[in-house]
Amino acid sequence: MTSLPASTQRALGLAIDLDTCVGCHACIIACKEWNTANYGAPLSDRDAYGSDPVGTFLNRVHTYEYQPADSDSLDFQVTHFPKSCLHCEDAPCVTVCPTGASYKRSEDGIVLVNEEACIGCGLCAWACPYGARELDATAGVMKKCTLCVDRIYNENLPEVDREPACVRTCPAGARHFGDFADPGSQVSQLVRERGSITLMPEMETKPVNAYLPPRPKQQACGHTASAVQAKSAPETASPTGFLAWLDGALSRLEGSSSDKTA
Amino acid sequence: MAKQPDLDLNPKVSDEIRRTTCYMCACRCGINVHLQDGAVKYIEGNRDHPVNRGVLCAKGSAGIMQHLSPARLRTPLLRTGERGAGEFKEISWEEALSLAATWLAPLHKDSPNKLAFFTGRDQSQSFTSFWAQAFGTPNYAAHGGFCSVNMATAGIYTMGGAFWEFGQPDWERAKLLMIFGVAEDHDSNPIKIGLGQMKARGAKVIGVNPVRSGYNAVADEWVAITPGTDGLLILSLIRELLAAGQVDLDYLARYTNAPFLIDETKGETKGLFLRDEAGKPLVKDRRSGELVAFDTPDCQPDLSASYSDAAGQTHRTAFQHLAEAYLIDEYAPEAVSSVCGLTPERIRGLAQELAEVAFSQSIEIKQPWTDFRGQRHESMIGRPVAFHAMRGISAHANGFQTCRALHVLQILLGSVETPGGFRFKPPYPKPMEAHPKPHASWTPGAPLSGPHLGFVTCPDDLALDDQGKPMRIDKAFTWENPLSAHGLMHMVISNAHAGDPYEIDTLFMYMANMAWNSSMNTGAVMDMLTDKKEDGSYRIPHFIYSDAYASETVAYADLILPDTTYLERHDCISLLDRPICEADMAADAIRWPVVEPGREVRGFQSVLLDLGARLGLKGFVSDDGQPLYKDYADYMVNHQRRPGVGPLAGFRGANGDQGGRGEPNPDQLQAYIDNGGFWSAHIPDEALFYKPWNQAYQDWAVELGFFDKPQPYVFQLYLEPLRRFQLAAEGFGERQPPDHLREQVRQRFAPLPTWWPSCGDEEQAESYPLHALTQRPAAMYHSWGSQNAWLRQIHGENPLYVPRKVWDEQGFRPGDWACLSSPHGSITVPVALMESLNENTVWTWNAIGKRSGAWALSPDAPEVKRGFLLNHLISELLPPKGDGLRWSNSDPITGQAAWFDLRVSIAKTVPPARSLPDMGAQTSPVPPAPQDLAFGQAFDHPGSDQTVNVETQEAAE
Repeated sequence: MTSLPASTQRALGLAIDLDTCVGCHACIIACKEWNTANYGAPLSDRDAYGSDPVGTFLNRVHTYEYQPADSDSLDFQVTHFPKSCLHCEDAPCVTVCPTGASYKRSEDGIVLVNEEACIGCGLCAWACPYGARELDATAGVMKKCTLCVDRIYNENLPEVDREPACVRTCPAGARHFGDFADPGSQVSQLVRERGSITLMPEMETKPVNAYLPPRPKQQACGHTASAVQAKSAPETASPTGFLAWLDGALSRLEGSSSDKTA
Repeated sequence: MAKQPDLDLNPKVSDEIRRTTCYMCACRCGINVHLQDGAVKYIEGNRDHPVNRGVLCAKGSAGIMQHLSPARLRTPLLRTGERGAGEFKEISWEEALSLAATWLAPLHKDSPNKLAFFTGRDQSQSFTSFWAQAFGTPNYAAHGGFCSVNMATAGIYTMGGAFWEFGQPDWERAKLLMIFGVAEDHDSNPIKIGLGQMKARGAKVIGVNPVRSGYNAVADEWVAITPGTDGLLILSLIRELLAAGQVDLDYLARYTNAPFLIDETKGETKGLFLRDEAGKPLVKDRRSGELVAFDTPDCQPDLSASYSDAAGQTHRTAFQHLAEAYLIDEYAPEAVSSVCGLTPERIRGLAQELAEVAFSQSIEIKQPWTDFRGQRHESMIGRPVAFHAMRGISAHANGFQTCRALHVLQILLGSVETPGGFRFKPPYPKPMEAHPKPHASWTPGAPLSGPHLGFVTCPDDLALDDQGKPMRIDKAFTWENPLSAHGLMHMVISNAHAGDPYEIDTLFMYMANMAWNSSMNTGAVMDMLTDKKEDGSYRIPHFIYSDAYASETVAYADLILPDTTYLERHDCISLLDRPICEADMAADAIRWPVVEPGREVRGFQSVLLDLGARLGLKGFVSDDGQPLYKDYADYMVNHQRRPGVGPLAGFRGANGDQGGRGEPNPDQLQAYIDNGGFWSAHIPDEALFYKPWNQAYQDWAVELGFFDKPQPYVFQLYLEPLRRFQLAAEGFGERQPPDHLREQVRQRFAPLPTWWPSCGDEEQAESYPLHALTQRPAAMYHSWGSQNAWLRQIHGENPLYVPRKVWDEQGFRPGDWACLSSPHGSITVPVALMESLNENTVWTWNAIGKRSGAWALSPDAPEVKRGFLLNHLISELLPPKGDGLRWSNSDPITGQAAWFDLRVSIAKTVPPARSLPDMGAQTSPVPPAPQDLAFGQAFDHPGSDQTVNVETQEAAE
């Protein structure tokens, strides 16, 4: 058993906007690319060109179709759901660890695996209700999102780049990084404005990462029957009526023109 | 609690960053390539780059795996077995180039048209076409004919520019974006950045697409249209807007040909514009009532004018013709709704939404500007409705007119080149007249008479010989498809095999997987390439192919010229070609070898320069026969298309301080490298909108060298060139269509957009009730991605997605397979349920399926076993109509391959051992791929002393 810090100075995490995520997988690959050559053992790919390629990823996108409960429309919604470690306040993956390898950093709340102490027993992956950890088949150690701990403080990177690789690369701007313990941070503001979905609240893990919910879809055009509002009431939809309207409209246009000759 | 480990929070990132241009798809984002110990370690987006502004998609980040792909070719190859088997011997470059020159020299000398040179997703077309022109063959084009020529051509003919490379939504200001037939591909990152911006601003996005994936999933509203009916929906929207007077009359009068006077008298000029002696179209000035040339300073063109000669009224404006064409019951929402799969209320609601945003939420930028008639305007008025469209509407046989209809809708709303609407990217806008005409006249031993591809405006421009026979092997610019501005790559092998219109000797292709996913009718194309004459020789005698990877097509070629990966080469993303500009700026870019290849491979463009010199082609050798350019890098710097204008616009002149025009600068490439791999020049504020008519923009464009004098023009709502073809079909003029095409030309070439059911009639719908489509995923680009160890874990197989209605009718269960049949053939594939899908449509991801033995994948790879192509169901020809003629499965105006007109039937079947058809196996020309990867192992790993004993790719470098 490993204990969690009583509190953390900061609560770093991601706010992921499910309204904007187009499901392009950019974050998945940027994450793999950075992390396979940085913190800890590489993220290996077994049978990489074969019949059953299986690699280690710290982040994966799932796509769901569903009928929103609060909608009177029968239309299905499609939502892309990027899934990675939520850096929970009460992280069951930490408390279950028999060697102390899994830990939550007291300074910023990032949940990490000390690979030197990891025996690859897999208990933490079983304990995580979100399936956010993957045991690397080649290295035999548990891999998980590090929140790019080797980027966010890294003075060898320009300051603007000191954010997780997934956030830096996200083309739609659907991923935001910051301190949820700071009410003035952008991520805290986003949660206040948009609300957030807590995944499996019954597990009482208190995730730090926030999922901003899909905005309610706007009423479909034509939901209420209406014709196009006439701009200046053409008399009729027939070509002859149109011509009569056109003459009048052109005269009115001249009267209102403010353009002049240079 | 135990002490936390001490982490190194400041690990070294890399030794060096080299900034170049991505090539994982056609979007050409800027990338920072991190190198450590001389090897590529990490690729990220370049924050300064105008295209992607720092972000990068999944493909871009997976570039390392493409660069290290086990499918990379390693040396030139000469075929030793039968075509298709994939048996080769390795040869030297000298052997390869001399052999190619031996085949090509007699063709250049005697009959250059015996060479067909076609490139695929080539980004150096201004160079490859220059080579083909110097060789003298009329048979050159790139892949546009089977990709999106309808979109490009309809845009250029109608408004002097098109979506994607030539223009973009005003992402900053649009309040409503409507996308038609857009999957998650072009242009990849800019659309995602823009959608993110719009979402953050609370602007509305409406997605029109039978499939709700990706962008359509995040759209605020999804319109599940029936495939092939977008044009009908758009014409109905136009009708509703016209009927309500919700069109921008001021814009139409000033900036379009709506006020042009059209001849209504019977005879050879019926339907043509009234013109003055200089050939300029005439309008009636509203104040004076006089006929004046449309561009007369200070004139006010009258939209409602008519003109009479002594005998009575002879002419009315194009706008009146337009109103007459669309204010009819056939386009009423009630009349079109069931065909489109929508309700009449929905169509009215969409029209109302467009009108509301365009006219009640208009925006104004306080920026004075002067138009081409000399009128000063105090501000710029915006109609903040933007549109974007892609293959979903262009890859139908009615696609040209559908794309035209969309542009007419944009123009009626006054939302092109105004704030919040659609904006051109330099060097566009550019009217059709500013483009070349097609050239196909060849002379032995001499260059072609001019550029191959161009924009025809009348039957005299067609590429037909004195007997009326097609001059090009693909039959581009003929009566079957007169406006085929990108050529017809999908017809080349079929026509060359048939010897129709003539036989060729050598097929020379670059980066085009024609023996697989880039052909309709894949199996038949494979047969054509392997078919022999009675004497045992191949029907297509020689096939030279350049590719960087062991694709399916490699196995079918005789001589392979191996290309480099995109990190090992020079390239220019040129304003002469397919530019990467933004609406606010001109920009171009380079690729440069950020690492050297450790294989016997050469950049294809450098190889073409070498071949050009060996053949003594004009423009490739000096007067004394010496090569003019050492390699492509040398060409990029020193070639001049016009004096002072070369492939790269940036850092020109002796001091490298000139943009656009200037003498070659020997240090130009270093200047690009120092600037992050690109160059850009901002458009002055006064020139940012109204570009086709804005004097300040026109002057800036001349200064930058896009053209040599201002060329303002107006938008072509009424497309007179189409009318000229109709007149020929009605019997006027010297050059007449063959009788069997007369009715097709008369019907389809309407000068105002029309719609017809290109996906077949009700009779076909009975036998083949479903539409079948493909889309390209955001994380995979055609066949290139399957060799990529990371991307193939996202898209390694592709089920056929089936809507609920069909799923239930067939009694499908997860894991089931189905036989999918078209009039052309059958395939057997895995199925999956998708709810958010038009109820009469099935679809799958494009080009995931692979032939066994290709791309260095194992023979039992999921791409082989469960992946598949819809291509087997699509023929380049339509099913026989009983008239004994071969009707092409393409747009009758442009020749665009009609991939999306496919209709199918579906039946549940017993799961076979693999997806069918089984196209056999090819021998791989490269060594087997490694089993496992642990990329990054070679680099120092902070935080771990784990050592892993696996075969690493970078170790093999």
